[in-house]
Amino acid sequence: MTQNVKIIEIINLDDKQLVELSKTNVLSLSLVEMKEVQKYFKNLKRNPTDVELETVAQTWSEHCKHKTLTGNIEYTEIKQGKKNITKYSNLLKETIFKATKELDKPWCISVFKDNAGVIDFDDKNGVAFKVETHNHPSALEPYGGSATGIGGVIRDILGVGLGAKPLANTDVFCFGLPDTKYSDVPEGMHHPKRIAKGVVSGVRDYGNRMGIPTVNGAVFFDEGYMANPLVYCGTMGIIPKDKCFKKVNSGDLVLVVGGRTGRDGIHGATFSSVELDKESDVSAVQIGNPIVEKKVLDTMLKARDLNLYRAVTDCGAGGLSSAVGELGEKTGVVVELEKVPLKYEGLKPWEIWISEAQERMVFAVPPEHKNEILKLFEKENVEATFIGQFTDDKKLVLKYNNEIVADMDMEFLHDGVPKPTRTAVWEEKKSVRQKKIDVDSGVLTQDIKNVLADINVCSRDWIIRQYDHEVQGQTVIKPLQGNSIVNSGPSDASVIWPCAVVKNTDKAIVLSNGINPEYGKTDTYKMTASVIEEAMRNAVCVGADPEKLSLLDNFCWGNPNKPEILGSLVRATQACYDMSKEYSIPFISGKDSLYNEYSIGGKTFSIPPALLVSAMGVIEDVNKTVTMNLKKEGSFIYLVGVTNNELAGSVYAKIKNFAEGFVPDLNKKESKKIMKQIHKAILDNLVLACHDCSEGGFITAVSEMAFAGELGVDIDADLIKISDDTMSLPEILFSESNSRFIVEVSRENSNKFEDLLKDCCYSKIGKVISEPYVLLSSSKSKIKIKENIKNLQEAWQKTLQW
Amino acid sequence: MVKTMNKPNVIIVRTAGTNCDYELQTAFEICGANVDRIHINELIENKDKILSYDILAIPGGFSYGDDIASGKILANELKNKLGENIKKFALSKKPIIGICNGFQVLVKMGLLPEPNKFEQTATLSYNDSNKFECRWVYLKTEKTDGNTKCIWAKNLPDIIPLPVAHGEGKFVADDTVLKNIEENNQVVFRYTAYDGRYPKYPLAPNGSFNQIAGICNKDGNIFGLMPHPERYIYKLQHPARQGCDDKYGWGKKIFQNAIDFLK
Repeated sequence: MTQNVKIIEIINLDDKQLVELSKTNVLSLSLVEMKEVQKYFKNLKRNPTDVELETVAQTWSEHCKHKTLTGNIEYTEIKQGKKNITKYSNLLKETIFKATKELDKPWCISVFKDNAGVIDFDDKNGVAFKVETHNHPSALEPYGGSATGIGGVIRDILGVGLGAKPLANTDVFCFGLPDTKYSDVPEGMHHPKRIAKGVVSGVRDYGNRMGIPTVNGAVFFDEGYMANPLVYCGTMGIIPKDKCFKKVNSGDLVLVVGGRTGRDGIHGATFSSVELDKESDVSAVQIGNPIVEKKVLDTMLKARDLNLYRAVTDCGAGGLSSAVGELGEKTGVVVELEKVPLKYEGLKPWEIWISEAQERMVFAVPPEHKNEILKLFEKENVEATFIGQFTDDKKLVLKYNNEIVADMDMEFLHDGVPKPTRTAVWEEKKSVRQKKIDVDSGVLTQDIKNVLADINVCSRDWIIRQYDHEVQGQTVIKPLQGNSIVNSGPSDASVIWPCAVVKNTDKAIVLSNGINPEYGKTDTYKMTASVIEEAMRNAVCVGADPEKLSLLDNFCWGNPNKPEILGSLVRATQACYDMSKEYSIPFISGKDSLYNEYSIGGKTFSIPPALLVSAMGVIEDVNKTVTMNLKKEGSFIYLVGVTNNELAGSVYAKIKNFAEGFVPDLNKKESKKIMKQIHKAILDNLVLACHDCSEGGFITAVSEMAFAGELGVDIDADLIKISDDTMSLPEILFSESNSRFIVEVSRENSNKFEDLLKDCCYSKIGKVISEPYVLLSSSKSKIKIKENIKNLQEAWQKTLQW
Repeated sequence: MVKTMNKPNVIIVRTAGTNCDYELQTAFEICGANVDRIHINELIENKDKILSYDILAIPGGFSYGDDIASGKILANELKNKLGENIKKFALSKKPIIGICNGFQVLVKMGLLPEPNKFEQTATLSYNDSNKFECRWVYLKTEKTDGNTKCIWAKNLPDIIPLPVAHGEGKFVADDTVLKNIEENNQVVFRYTAYDGRYPKYPLAPNGSFNQIAGICNKDGNIFGLMPHPERYIYKLQHPARQGCDDKYGWGKKIFQNAIDFLK
C-alpha cells in the first residue's frame, strides 16, 4: 500500500483498545459496534484500511442511520405508582411510519424513503418538503453552520427523485436568551446573541443568493439552548410526477457535479453524535458557496428534463461515502478517488471519501449520455467529473491511483450495524393550579404589552425582512401581513402560489409550523399534541383543508442513553402516532438530532426537548386564502373553541414568574370538528380574517389582528366560553388553550357562520371599530381596558431590533 | 388587409446567481411576448444573437454572488465581451429594463444614466440601514406635463406600491450627474410616503439620493429600478391584495407598456 493509506490494527484489540480507537479517530462507534467491525475483518483475515474504517463510521453514524429511533427500546411508564412496560424493536416504524402506512393516503407519492417526502400537487406535479437540522455546526460557527444548513436542505430537494425545483425555504431557531450575561456563557461557546445574529446572517446570505424565498419560521428563546442552539432549515420544491423516482442500473457511471472537495466538514456526520465541549473541532463545519449551488440547480434541472441521468442524490453528511454508498447499495460500485476534483492538493484518500465539502451532487449516468451531460454542465461553467461506475457485485470498491484502498460488502455496510437495546423511562408529574392572580385594569394593560414585547412573542420583522421572502414572485401569503404596507402583524402560515412554474394554476401550497419546548418541560406528549395542532391551526387559518395536510417531524433531543431523556422521546413519538391517526394526516418525512448536550467542568447541560412539526398542504383555490389582519369596521369578532385554565409553560407564567399550572391539553374530537368547520366557512367566503390563539393567548392574538389591520376592537370578555367558572380574567386572556381561532365575520354573513358552527363551542365576543383602540371590558371582574393599537404595535415591534 | 402581429421577442440575460428570471419571463409572457432566458456564455459565443431580440431584460439576483460589488462582474462581462452590440441595441431605442441587480448592472456598465458615453457615472451602494431590506414601498411616478418620458412607466397613477428586496440599493451620484438626471427628467420613480409626502425609513428603504428608486436614459427606452415590478403582476401578490383591476397588479402595466410601445 502507498503511504496515502494506513492499515488500522483492529482484529487483535481488546475492548478497552477498541473504545479508545473509536474515540481518538472520532468514529463515534460504541463498543458493540466496534466489535462487529472487528468480527467482519477477522472473517476477512485482515485489518481494515483507514478508508474502510471511516466508511463504516460514516455509514453507521447516528446522523445517517438513526440508530436510536430504529433500535430496540424498553420503555417503562410510571403513572400513579403503576409501572407499564412496552418494548419497541423500531420506534419509528412502530409509531410515526406506522400511522402513515395505516392511513395509506393515495396522494402520498414518496414517503420516508427518499431525501424528502413528496405528495400530489396536481395531475402533473408533486411537491416535496424536507426539514433538516444543523445544530452542532451552528453552535461552533453560527454563520457557516446555518448557511450550510440551508444549503444542505436545498440539496435534499434537488436530490429527491430526479430533482425538484425549490420554491420556498423555512427556518426555525432555538437560541439562548439574548440578554445573558457574558460571564454566564460557558467557556468556548459564543454568546447567544452572537449565535442568533450569525445564524440569521448565514440563512440570509445563502437563501437570498439561491433565489429561494424564506417564507415561514419561528424563533424560540430559552436559556436551555445557550450551549446548544437549534437550527432547523427546510425547503419545499415542485417536481414533475414522472421524475419522482430514481433507479441505478449496473454499468451506470458515477458523476460528481458542483463544488470541489476539500478538507472542510471532515467528520461532520460522526461529530454530530458527540457532546460538544470547548475542544470541539471547528474544521468539522463546512464552508458554503451559494453561487456554486445555484449553478448546479440551474443546470441539473435541464439535464433532468432531457432524461440524461437515472438517479441523483446530494452529498450531505458523510460526503461521497454516503451519497455514492446509498446510490450503489443495491448494485455495488467502484470509485477512483484520485479523479475527484480537489480544492487543493494533499488530501488523503479517506479524507476525499468522507469530506462534507458543500455544493456537490452525485448522479448515475447511463454511459450513452456521458458526453451530452458533460457538455450541458460545461456550458454554464459547472464542474462535472466522472469518478466511477456502478457494478453488479454488491461491493464497495475504492481505488486510489489504481490501488484498491477499500473493498467491503454493501450488505455489511448498510445492514450490519448491531441493534442496541436502550431503556427509557417516563414518570407522570402531578400538576397543580397556579395561585389566584388578581390584577387591576392598569396592571392588566401593562401585562398585555409585556406579553406582546416578550422575546418569544414579539415581532420577528428584523429577521423576516433580511430574508428575501418574495423572490420568485409567488409568496401570496407573506410572513408579515397588514392592511397597508406600513403596519404588519404575524402571519399564521405562508402560501406559495407557483404561478411562474405551473402556468394558469389556481392551486397553491401552504407551509406552517408548530414548536413549543416550554410545554415539553412538563410533558412531551402534550407538547407534541399541541405543536401538531398548532401547525394544523396555522395552516387552517389561511385556508388549508385540515384533512389534506401532511407533516414533517424534527426531533432535537438530548442524550438518548439517559433513560428519562429517551422516555420523553418515546412519549413524543407516541403522541405523533395518536395525532396522525386521529386527524388522518400522515407524516411524510422527518429527521432526528440527538446528543444535543454540552459538557463543561464535568457538568452536562442538555437541551429542553424540542419537536418541530412542519405542515404542508395543497390549497385548491388560492383566491380563497385568508389573512389575519382585521378588515372592516362593524364586522363581528368570534372566538371559536373553549378557553381552559391552561397557563403552565405560557408566556404569561414566564413574565409573572410562576411555575404551577396546567399545560394545554387537547380535545381531539372537538378540535377536529372546529378545524373542519372553520375551513368550510373560509371556502364559503364567510371569513374576513382568521388568526389562531397560541403563545400569549387570546388577548395577544386579537391585538395582533387589530394593529395589523389598523382597526380597533370592542370585546366583552365575559362572553368568552370558559370551561371553569372560577377562572380569573388574566387566566382567560392569557391561557394558551389549543383549538382556538379568532374569526372576523361581516354582519351580513354572521348567521351563516353561526349556522356552520352550531355544533362547536364558540361565542360572538365583540366587533371591529374604526377607533384605533383595543377596548376590553369585563363587568364580572370590574375591568375596563382601553389601549391604542399604536402602543400595542410598538410594544410588539421594539424588542427584537438588533 | 389584415396585418398579423408577431409577438415581440424578449431576451432575459442570465448568469451564475441570476434569480428573478422565471417570474420576469412570466410577466412578459402575460403581456403577450415570446421570452427566451439565455445564459451569457451563449450570447458571447454568438455575439449577434442579442440583436435578434426586441426587448432586453436583466433580472434581479446576485450575479456572480455580487462579489467585488453588486452587479459589477456581469456589467464588465457584458461591456467587455458584448459592448458594441449592447450599445447598438440601446441606441436603436429598443426597450431595455434592468431590475434590482439588473439596475445595478446597467448603472455599472454605464448604460444608465446615459448610454452615449458608456461609462459608469453613478452607483448603487449599501443601504443606510446596513442590511438587506425586503418590504413593500410606495413609489411616486415622476411626470412632466402629465406623463413620463420613460416608455416603461407611461400612464401610471401618481403613486404605486412595489416590493423591494436588496442590500445595495442606495442610488449615489455626484452633484453634476444628479443635476443632469433631474433636469432631463430622467427620474422615473421616487420612494415616497403613501400620501406623496417625504418618506422616512423604512418607506425610504435605502437612503437613495433624492429618494431615487428608478431612472431612465434621456430617450426613455432604458429603464433601471431597484423595486420589483415582476413581483406585482397579480393583485394577489400585494400584501393587502389591492390591484389595478380585479386580477392584475400595477407591475404588469410596466411590462405591458414596453410591449405596446413595440406595436
